[in-house]
Amino acid sequence: MTAHEGSWPLWEVFVRSSRGLSHVHAGSLHAPDAEMALRNARDLYTRRNEGISLWIVKSTDIIASDPDAKGAFFESPQGKDYRHATYYTKSEGVKHL
Amino acid sequence: MSAVDHSLDSFGDATASATRVTPGNALRPEDIAIQQEKPNDAVARYAVRLGDDALILAQRLSHWISRGPELEEDIALGNIALDQLGHARSFLSYAALAWDKTEDDLAYFREEEEFRSLHMVEQPNGDFAATIVRQLVISIYQHLLYTALLESSDETIAAISAKAVKEVDYHRDHAIMWTLRLGLGTEESARRMRDALDNLWPYVGEIFEDEALHAELGDAGVAPSTLRAAWDEEFGAVLADAELSVPTVPYAMARGRRGEHSEHLGFILAEMQVLARKHPGATW
Repeated sequence: MTAHEGSWPLWEVFVRSSRGLSHVHAGSLHAPDAEMALRNARDLYTRRNEGISLWIVKSTDIIASDPDAKGAFFESPQGKDYRHATYYTKSEGVKHL
Repeated sequence: MSAVDHSLDSFGDATASATRVTPGNALRPEDIAIQQEKPNDAVARYAVRLGDDALILAQRLSHWISRGPELEEDIALGNIALDQLGHARSFLSYAALAWDKTEDDLAYFREEEEFRSLHMVEQPNGDFAATIVRQLVISIYQHLLYTALLESSDETIAAISAKAVKEVDYHRDHAIMWTLRLGLGTEESARRMRDALDNLWPYVGEIFEDEALHAELGDAGVAPSTLRAAWDEEFGAVLADAELSVPTVPYAMARGRRGEHSEHLGFILAEMQVLARKHPGATW
Protein backbone atom coordinates (compact mmCIF):
# COMPACT_ATOMS: atom_id res chain seq x y z
CA MET A 1 0.00 0.00 0.00
CA THR A 2 1.60 3.25 -1.02
CA ALA A 3 0.61 5.59 1.73
CA HIS A 4 0.04 9.25 1.34
CA GLU A 5 -1.05 10.18 4.80
CA GLY A 6 -2.25 6.63 5.42
CA SER A 7 -4.95 6.50 2.75
CA TRP A 8 -5.24 4.40 -0.40
CA PRO A 9 -3.79 5.68 -3.70
CA LEU A 10 -5.97 7.35 -6.29
CA TRP A 11 -6.96 5.64 -9.55
CA GLU A 12 -8.63 7.00 -12.68
CA VAL A 13 -11.48 5.02 -14.20
CA PHE A 14 -12.25 4.76 -17.92
CA VAL A 15 -15.47 3.08 -19.04
CA ARG A 16 -16.35 1.87 -22.52
CA SER A 17 -20.10 1.98 -22.85
CA SER A 18 -20.38 -0.37 -25.81
CA ARG A 19 -18.46 -2.13 -28.50
CA GLY A 20 -16.96 0.19 -31.08
CA LEU A 21 -16.80 3.19 -28.76
CA SER A 22 -13.67 4.32 -26.96
CA HIS A 23 -13.07 4.30 -23.22
CA VAL A 24 -14.18 7.56 -21.64
CA HIS A 25 -12.98 8.96 -18.33
CA ALA A 26 -15.72 8.36 -15.76
CA GLY A 27 -14.09 9.54 -12.55
CA SER A 28 -11.64 8.44 -9.91
CA LEU A 29 -11.54 6.33 -6.76
CA HIS A 30 -9.28 5.10 -3.98
CA ALA A 31 -8.17 1.47 -3.74
CA PRO A 32 -5.27 -0.39 -2.11
CA ASP A 33 -4.14 -2.02 -5.38
CA ALA A 34 -5.02 -2.40 -9.06
CA GLU A 35 -7.20 -5.49 -8.65
CA MET A 36 -9.30 -3.88 -5.94
CA ALA A 37 -9.46 -0.67 -7.97
CA LEU A 38 -11.04 -2.60 -10.83
CA ARG A 39 -13.64 -4.06 -8.51
CA ASN A 40 -14.38 -0.74 -6.84
CA ALA A 41 -14.74 0.82 -10.28
CA ARG A 42 -17.26 -1.85 -11.19
CA ASP A 43 -19.28 -0.99 -8.08
CA LEU A 44 -19.00 2.77 -8.50
CA TYR A 45 -19.30 3.28 -12.25
CA THR A 46 -20.95 0.29 -13.97
CA ARG A 47 -23.68 -0.96 -11.69
CA ARG A 48 -26.45 0.51 -13.83
CA ASN A 49 -25.37 -0.98 -17.17
CA GLU A 50 -23.03 1.90 -18.00
CA GLY A 51 -20.32 -0.19 -19.54
CA ILE A 52 -18.86 -3.38 -20.95
CA SER A 53 -15.18 -2.68 -20.31
CA LEU A 54 -13.12 -0.86 -17.68
CA TRP A 55 -9.63 0.59 -17.70
CA ILE A 56 -7.90 1.60 -14.49
CA VAL A 57 -4.88 3.89 -14.46
CA LYS A 58 -2.96 5.07 -11.44
CA SER A 59 -3.51 8.82 -11.24
CA THR A 60 0.20 9.40 -10.77
CA ASP A 61 0.88 7.58 -14.06
CA ILE A 62 -1.08 10.15 -16.02
CA ILE A 63 1.11 12.87 -17.47
CA ALA A 64 -1.12 15.89 -18.00
CA SER A 65 -0.55 19.10 -19.89
CA ASP A 66 -0.04 22.21 -17.80
CA PRO A 67 -3.18 24.39 -17.87
CA ASP A 68 -0.95 27.49 -17.62
CA ALA A 69 0.87 26.46 -20.82
CA LYS A 70 -2.41 26.46 -22.78
CA GLY A 71 -1.18 29.15 -25.14
CA ALA A 72 1.97 27.44 -26.26
CA PHE A 73 0.35 24.02 -26.36
CA PHE A 74 -2.93 24.63 -28.07
CA GLU A 75 -3.05 28.05 -29.67
CA SER A 76 -0.17 27.84 -32.14
CA PRO A 77 -2.36 26.50 -34.99
CA GLN A 78 -4.40 29.72 -34.89
CA GLY A 79 -3.93 31.56 -38.17
CA LYS A 80 -2.41 28.51 -39.86
CA ASP A 81 -5.35 27.73 -42.08
CA TYR A 82 -3.22 25.61 -44.35
CA ARG A 83 -3.20 22.97 -41.60
CA HIS A 84 -6.87 22.37 -42.26
CA ALA A 85 -7.76 20.29 -45.26
CA THR A 86 -10.78 22.55 -45.93
CA TYR A 87 -8.41 25.40 -46.87
CA TYR A 88 -7.65 23.80 -50.18
CA THR A 89 -9.95 23.89 -53.17
CA LYS A 90 -10.91 20.57 -54.58
CA SER A 91 -9.28 19.60 -57.85
CA GLU A 92 -11.54 19.19 -60.81
CA GLY A 93 -12.84 15.68 -61.32
CA VAL A 94 -12.28 14.55 -57.72
CA LYS A 95 -15.69 13.34 -56.60
CA HIS A 96 -15.33 11.65 -53.28
CA LEU A 97 -12.86 13.75 -51.29
CA MET B 1 -43.55 -28.74 -10.96
CA SER B 2 -45.55 -30.11 -13.91
CA ALA B 3 -44.81 -29.19 -17.51
CA VAL B 4 -47.33 -26.38 -17.62
CA ASP B 5 -46.53 -23.89 -20.34
CA HIS B 6 -46.14 -20.50 -18.77
CA SER B 7 -43.63 -19.14 -21.21
CA LEU B 8 -45.65 -16.09 -22.12
CA ASP B 9 -48.75 -15.32 -20.16
CA SER B 10 -48.10 -16.18 -16.56
CA PHE B 11 -45.86 -13.27 -15.62
CA GLY B 12 -46.07 -9.51 -15.37
CA ASP B 13 -45.73 -8.67 -19.03
CA ALA B 14 -46.05 -10.46 -22.34
CA THR B 15 -42.35 -10.94 -22.94
CA ALA B 16 -41.51 -12.31 -19.51
CA SER B 17 -40.81 -15.92 -18.69
CA ALA B 18 -39.44 -17.81 -15.72
CA THR B 19 -36.18 -18.39 -17.52
CA ARG B 20 -35.67 -14.84 -18.73
CA VAL B 21 -32.37 -13.82 -17.20
CA THR B 22 -30.82 -11.42 -19.68
CA PRO B 23 -28.79 -8.68 -17.96
CA GLY B 24 -30.83 -5.69 -16.90
CA ASN B 25 -34.00 -7.49 -17.82
CA ALA B 26 -33.97 -10.35 -15.35
CA LEU B 27 -36.85 -11.99 -13.53
CA ARG B 28 -38.12 -9.49 -10.97
CA PRO B 29 -39.84 -10.09 -7.63
CA GLU B 30 -42.79 -8.13 -9.05
CA ASP B 31 -43.11 -10.70 -11.86
CA ILE B 32 -43.00 -13.55 -9.39
CA ALA B 33 -45.62 -11.98 -7.10
CA ILE B 34 -48.27 -12.11 -9.83
CA GLN B 35 -47.37 -15.34 -11.56
CA GLN B 36 -50.07 -18.01 -11.71
CA GLU B 37 -47.82 -20.94 -10.93
CA LYS B 38 -47.68 -21.44 -7.16
CA PRO B 39 -45.03 -23.46 -5.36
CA ASN B 40 -46.14 -26.56 -3.49
CA ASP B 41 -45.83 -26.39 0.28
CA ALA B 42 -42.38 -28.02 0.45
CA VAL B 43 -40.93 -25.72 -2.22
CA ALA B 44 -42.46 -22.72 -0.46
CA ARG B 45 -40.87 -23.69 2.85
CA TYR B 46 -37.57 -24.20 1.03
CA ALA B 47 -37.83 -20.76 -0.58
CA VAL B 48 -38.39 -19.28 2.88
CA ARG B 49 -35.07 -20.74 4.04
CA LEU B 50 -33.19 -19.31 1.06
CA GLY B 51 -35.01 -16.00 1.35
CA ASP B 52 -34.48 -15.67 5.10
CA ASP B 53 -30.72 -16.27 4.80
CA ALA B 54 -30.48 -13.56 2.15
CA LEU B 55 -32.75 -11.15 4.01
CA ILE B 56 -30.92 -11.33 7.34
CA LEU B 57 -27.53 -11.12 5.65
CA ALA B 58 -28.72 -8.08 3.68
CA GLN B 59 -29.87 -6.45 6.91
CA ARG B 60 -26.55 -7.16 8.59
CA LEU B 61 -24.45 -5.92 5.64
CA SER B 62 -26.49 -2.76 5.20
CA HIS B 63 -25.23 -1.65 8.63
CA TRP B 64 -21.86 -1.04 6.98
CA ILE B 65 -23.37 1.75 4.90
CA SER B 66 -21.80 5.00 6.13
CA ARG B 67 -19.51 2.93 8.39
CA GLY B 68 -17.23 1.27 5.82
CA PRO B 69 -13.47 1.52 6.29
CA GLU B 70 -13.30 3.56 3.06
CA LEU B 71 -16.03 5.14 0.94
CA GLU B 72 -15.36 2.65 -1.87
CA GLU B 73 -15.69 -0.34 0.45
CA ASP B 74 -18.80 1.13 1.99
CA ILE B 75 -20.36 1.12 -1.48
CA ALA B 76 -19.11 -2.39 -2.28
CA LEU B 77 -20.73 -3.83 0.86
CA GLY B 78 -23.86 -1.77 0.22
CA ASN B 79 -24.11 -3.26 -3.27
CA ILE B 80 -23.71 -6.77 -1.92
CA ALA B 81 -26.42 -6.05 0.66
CA LEU B 82 -28.74 -4.88 -2.11
CA ASP B 83 -28.08 -7.99 -4.20
CA GLN B 84 -28.95 -10.16 -1.20
CA LEU B 85 -32.08 -8.14 -0.57
CA GLY B 86 -33.08 -8.74 -4.18
CA HIS B 87 -32.64 -12.50 -3.80
CA ALA B 88 -34.63 -12.41 -0.57
CA ARG B 89 -37.48 -10.54 -2.25
CA SER B 90 -37.65 -13.07 -5.08
CA PHE B 91 -37.61 -16.14 -2.86
CA LEU B 92 -40.06 -14.69 -0.33
CA SER B 93 -42.39 -13.44 -3.07
CA TYR B 94 -42.47 -16.93 -4.50
CA ALA B 95 -43.00 -18.61 -1.12
CA ALA B 96 -45.75 -16.14 -0.27
CA LEU B 97 -47.79 -17.25 -3.30
CA ALA B 98 -48.31 -20.65 -1.70
CA TRP B 99 -50.11 -19.12 1.28
CA ASP B 100 -51.83 -16.18 -0.42
CA LYS B 101 -49.51 -13.75 1.31
CA THR B 102 -47.02 -11.14 0.11
CA GLU B 103 -43.26 -10.78 0.46
CA ASP B 104 -43.92 -8.02 3.03
CA ASP B 105 -46.13 -10.31 5.13
CA LEU B 106 -43.23 -12.74 5.36
CA ALA B 107 -40.48 -10.18 5.89
CA TYR B 108 -42.22 -7.85 8.34
CA PHE B 109 -44.99 -9.75 10.05
CA ARG B 110 -43.38 -13.00 11.06
CA GLU B 111 -42.08 -13.55 14.58
CA GLU B 112 -38.52 -14.50 15.40
CA GLU B 113 -39.32 -18.21 15.79
CA GLU B 114 -40.93 -18.25 12.34
CA PHE B 115 -37.69 -17.23 10.64
CA ARG B 116 -35.67 -20.08 9.15
CA SER B 117 -32.34 -18.33 8.64
CA LEU B 118 -28.96 -19.77 9.56
CA HIS B 119 -27.17 -18.62 12.68
CA MET B 120 -24.21 -17.66 10.48
CA VAL B 121 -26.04 -14.79 8.76
CA GLU B 122 -27.22 -13.26 12.02
CA GLN B 123 -23.71 -13.12 13.52
CA PRO B 124 -22.65 -9.52 14.28
CA ASN B 125 -20.54 -7.62 11.75
CA GLY B 126 -17.68 -7.39 14.24
CA ASP B 127 -14.61 -5.77 12.75
CA PHE B 128 -14.00 -5.78 8.99
CA ALA B 129 -12.24 -9.17 9.22
CA ALA B 130 -15.31 -10.75 10.84
CA THR B 131 -17.55 -9.43 8.07
CA ILE B 132 -15.15 -10.74 5.41
CA VAL B 133 -14.94 -14.21 6.97
CA ARG B 134 -18.75 -14.38 7.19
CA GLN B 135 -18.93 -13.29 3.53
CA LEU B 136 -16.35 -15.88 2.50
CA VAL B 137 -18.27 -18.68 4.24
CA ILE B 138 -21.66 -17.65 2.88
CA SER B 139 -20.70 -16.58 -0.63
CA ILE B 140 -18.85 -19.82 -1.40
CA TYR B 141 -21.85 -21.75 -0.05
CA GLN B 142 -24.40 -19.67 -1.94
CA HIS B 143 -22.42 -19.91 -5.16
CA LEU B 144 -22.35 -23.72 -4.95
CA LEU B 145 -26.02 -23.78 -3.93
CA TYR B 146 -27.36 -21.53 -6.70
CA THR B 147 -25.19 -23.28 -9.28
CA ALA B 148 -26.76 -26.59 -8.24
CA LEU B 149 -30.24 -25.03 -8.23
CA LEU B 150 -29.89 -24.06 -11.90
CA GLU B 151 -30.98 -27.68 -12.39
CA SER B 152 -33.96 -27.40 -10.04
CA SER B 153 -37.11 -29.02 -11.39
CA ASP B 154 -38.97 -25.96 -10.09
CA GLU B 155 -38.64 -23.39 -12.89
CA THR B 156 -39.00 -20.34 -10.65
CA ILE B 157 -36.37 -21.55 -8.17
CA ALA B 158 -34.06 -22.21 -11.14
CA ALA B 159 -34.74 -18.77 -12.64
CA ILE B 160 -34.13 -16.91 -9.35
CA SER B 161 -30.93 -18.91 -8.89
CA ALA B 162 -29.77 -18.08 -12.42
CA LYS B 163 -29.99 -14.38 -11.61
CA ALA B 164 -28.52 -14.79 -8.13
CA VAL B 165 -25.56 -16.95 -9.10
CA LYS B 166 -23.93 -14.21 -11.18
CA GLU B 167 -24.23 -11.73 -8.33
CA VAL B 168 -22.99 -14.17 -5.71
CA ASP B 169 -20.04 -14.98 -7.97
CA TYR B 170 -18.98 -11.36 -7.48
CA HIS B 171 -19.62 -11.49 -3.71
CA ARG B 172 -17.34 -14.52 -3.54
CA ASP B 173 -14.66 -12.76 -5.55
CA HIS B 174 -14.88 -9.74 -3.24
CA ALA B 175 -14.55 -11.92 -0.13
CA ILE B 176 -11.61 -13.87 -1.58
CA MET B 177 -9.76 -10.68 -2.57
CA TRP B 178 -10.10 -9.31 0.95
CA THR B 179 -9.24 -12.62 2.62
CA LEU B 180 -5.96 -12.66 0.68
CA ARG B 181 -5.17 -9.05 1.51
CA LEU B 182 -5.98 -9.36 5.20
CA GLY B 183 -4.40 -12.79 5.63
CA LEU B 184 -1.20 -11.72 3.86
CA GLY B 185 -1.39 -8.12 5.10
CA THR B 186 -0.02 -7.05 8.45
CA GLU B 187 0.42 -9.07 11.62
CA GLU B 188 -2.63 -7.30 13.00
CA SER B 189 -4.86 -8.02 9.99
CA ALA B 190 -3.87 -11.72 10.01
CA ARG B 191 -4.54 -11.94 13.75
CA ARG B 192 -8.00 -10.45 13.25
CA MET B 193 -8.73 -12.92 10.47
CA ARG B 194 -7.70 -15.83 12.72
CA ASP B 195 -9.94 -14.52 15.50
CA ALA B 196 -12.86 -14.13 13.10
CA LEU B 197 -12.39 -17.65 11.75
CA ASP B 198 -12.37 -19.10 15.27
CA ASN B 199 -15.43 -17.07 16.29
CA LEU B 200 -17.51 -17.95 13.23
CA TRP B 201 -16.47 -21.54 12.64
CA PRO B 202 -18.99 -22.93 15.19
CA TYR B 203 -21.82 -21.81 12.86
CA VAL B 204 -20.48 -23.53 9.73
CA GLY B 205 -21.87 -26.94 10.71
CA GLU B 206 -25.51 -25.85 10.55
CA ILE B 207 -25.18 -24.68 6.93
CA PHE B 208 -24.70 -28.22 5.65
CA GLU B 209 -27.23 -30.06 7.84
CA ASP B 210 -29.93 -31.88 5.90
CA GLU B 211 -33.55 -31.76 7.00
CA ALA B 212 -36.54 -33.97 6.27
CA LEU B 213 -37.69 -31.17 3.97
CA HIS B 214 -34.84 -31.79 1.53
CA ALA B 215 -36.03 -35.35 0.91
CA GLU B 216 -39.58 -34.04 0.35
CA LEU B 217 -38.32 -31.56 -2.25
CA GLY B 218 -36.85 -34.14 -4.59
CA ASP B 219 -35.27 -32.52 -7.64
CA ALA B 220 -36.68 -29.09 -6.78
CA GLY B 221 -34.06 -28.48 -4.07
CA VAL B 222 -30.55 -29.41 -3.05
CA ALA B 223 -29.59 -31.27 0.13
CA PRO B 224 -26.97 -29.02 1.76
CA SER B 225 -24.75 -31.96 2.78
CA THR B 226 -24.07 -32.63 -0.92
CA LEU B 227 -22.32 -29.24 -1.18
CA ARG B 228 -19.97 -29.81 1.75
CA ALA B 229 -17.03 -31.48 -0.01
CA ALA B 230 -16.81 -28.79 -2.70
CA TRP B 231 -17.18 -26.06 -0.08
CA ASP B 232 -14.39 -27.53 2.10
CA GLU B 233 -12.11 -27.71 -0.89
CA GLU B 234 -12.72 -24.17 -2.07
CA PHE B 235 -12.74 -22.59 1.39
CA GLY B 236 -9.59 -24.48 2.41
CA ALA B 237 -7.78 -23.42 -0.79
CA VAL B 238 -8.56 -19.73 -0.22
CA LEU B 239 -7.37 -19.93 3.39
CA ALA B 240 -4.19 -21.71 2.31
CA ASP B 241 -3.48 -18.99 -0.26
CA ALA B 242 -4.02 -16.41 2.46
CA GLU B 243 -1.71 -18.32 4.84
CA LEU B 244 -4.58 -18.95 7.24
CA SER B 245 -5.76 -22.31 8.50
CA VAL B 246 -9.14 -23.94 8.87
CA PRO B 247 -10.19 -23.71 12.56
CA THR B 248 -10.51 -26.77 14.72
CA VAL B 249 -13.03 -25.38 17.22
CA PRO B 250 -16.20 -27.47 17.64
CA TYR B 251 -19.59 -26.62 16.14
CA ALA B 252 -22.26 -24.87 18.14
CA MET B 253 -25.80 -26.19 18.59
CA ALA B 254 -27.29 -23.91 15.94
CA ARG B 255 -30.93 -24.57 15.03
CA GLY B 256 -31.98 -21.56 13.01
CA ARG B 257 -33.67 -23.83 10.48
CA ARG B 258 -36.06 -24.89 13.25
CA GLY B 259 -36.68 -21.33 14.35
CA GLU B 260 -34.37 -21.47 17.36
CA HIS B 261 -32.18 -18.41 17.02
CA SER B 262 -29.41 -16.65 18.90
CA GLU B 263 -30.10 -13.46 20.84
CA HIS B 264 -29.04 -11.45 17.78
CA LEU B 265 -32.01 -12.11 15.51
CA GLY B 266 -34.55 -10.42 17.79
CA PHE B 267 -32.63 -7.14 17.61
CA ILE B 268 -32.21 -7.41 13.85
CA LEU B 269 -35.95 -7.99 13.38
CA ALA B 270 -36.93 -5.24 15.82
CA GLU B 271 -35.06 -2.72 13.72
CA MET B 272 -36.10 -4.20 10.38
CA GLN B 273 -39.79 -4.57 11.22
CA VAL B 274 -40.55 -1.54 13.37
CA LEU B 275 -41.74 0.77 10.60
CA ALA B 276 -43.93 -1.80 8.86
CA ARG B 277 -45.51 -2.82 12.15
CA LYS B 278 -46.07 0.68 13.43
CA HIS B 279 -47.55 1.85 10.13
CA PRO B 280 -49.04 -1.25 8.45
CA GLY B 281 -49.44 -0.75 4.71
CA ALA B 282 -47.21 2.34 4.66
CA THR B 283 -45.80 3.13 1.21
CA TRP B 284 -43.62 5.85 -0.27
